Amino acid sequence: MTTDQPGGGSWQMATVSEIRQETPNAKTFRMTLSTPSRRLAGQYYVVRLTAPDGYTASRSYSVGSAPDDPNQIDLTVEKLDGGEVSVFLHDEVIVGDELEVRGPIGGWFVWSATTPAVLVGGGSGVVPLMAMLRLARQTGRSDLVRMVVSVRTPKDLYYADEFTGSETTVAYTRVTPPSYPRPAGRLSASDLVPLLLPDATAYVCGTPGFADSASELLMGLGQPVESIRVERFGPTG
Amino acid sequence: MAKPTRGFLGRGKAARDPRLPPGQYDAGDQWPVLNAEVTPHLDLATWSFSVEGLVEHPTTWNWEEIHALPVSAYSGDIHCVTTWSKLGVNFSGVSVDTLLDAAGLKSTASYVLAFCHTGYTTNLPLADVTGGRAWVVWDYGNAPLPIEHGGPARLLVPHLYFWKSAKWVAGLRVLDHDEPGFWERNGYHDRGDPWLEQRYQGD
Repeated sequence: MTTDQPGGGSWQMATVSEIRQETPNAKTFRMTLSTPSRRLAGQYYVVRLTAPDGYTASRSYSVGSAPDDPNQIDLTVEKLDGGEVSVFLHDEVIVGDELEVRGPIGGWFVWSATTPAVLVGGGSGVVPLMAMLRLARQTGRSDLVRMVVSVRTPKDLYYADEFTGSETTVAYTRVTPPSYPRPAGRLSASDLVPLLLPDATAYVCGTPGFADSASELLMGLGQPVESIRVERFGPTG
Repeated sequence: MAKPTRGFLGRGKAARDPRLPPGQYDAGDQWPVLNAEVTPHLDLATWSFSVEGLVEHPTTWNWEEIHALPVSAYSGDIHCVTTWSKLGVNFSGVSVDTLLDAAGLKSTASYVLAFCHTGYTTNLPLADVTGGRAWVVWDYGNAPLPIEHGGPARLLVPHLYFWKSAKWVAGLRVLDHDEPGFWERNGYHDRGDPWLEQRYQGD
């Protein structure tokens, strides 16, 4: 059975099949869904933890995997200090565990690989954008995307081995890899100029501060405000 | 109730603040910022708020005119669908009752669609924005509402999830039918009562 409900469907159990350490404080949890669900690149799932006394805690996490396989999802989770859910997922969850999830959710910050897209991510904001990049590569439409990700240092870059094609660039703000052509520094207009594609929708994802400054840069370069879609990551643990 | 998650003990139901609806946590001093569009920089000289649609006198207020209306304040809690809540917050502005009374509702009025300077919209039953349950606010604490939280002015409907409290609100369109807004067309619930966990379509 396959569901296709933009409203998030119902809660279901998912089994963790693989855990990958992306960076020192980010892990990707691959989960097999008990109810396969079609999704779009950019959507997210909610994870709900239940204590023996019935207490629950839930948080939303973007799906990083391309949407081609309705049977499984990759959720990349940043471990936040004191984060009730993220610390549990990082410290307790092992392969074989069952977690309650709900999704996919969100009908706005999504891309279907049919129109040009400029992807601008800050730190963990790369996750929904990676779903879009992976979709573009799988469907042979890398020409439709340009992506830049801003991270502090090389060890903070998620999915580092996938930043290989000419459609991706990394802007390091504090420390660069050895002999990296771009000096360390904040994302600037000159980083974005080569990314602009005619009639593209821009997808900006990161902290509120990053999202606002990246949006301002894009508008300054002529990207229409109504063609900028923003997803802000709040400090939700 | 779902089967307990292996190894998860939680923070204990007993210690839980009764002001928190199910599935919510206390964000404490934090106030996460979550909006889907670019943060707009609105000029107070050209700012306006309108009540239109099924009203006797469609009315538009500028920044000075809306401040001349009786001040109304809210002290209490707010709840975001992304599961954070903020407890004991204070906003002030004007009651939506005052604005609707000035425009005069027609007898068929039953819903409103709030619209914003950014193009964002959200739908609400009339009963949820009348009777002292909704405001247009411009002060948070004792200071102007910060831009990232909807300043210069936002809608405040604190008994519903906070996406209903539209940031950078520009007006209310009074309707005789329910017309889904931005998030409601994108998977979120039409009403959004946090005590009933009406988060997504179908809840």
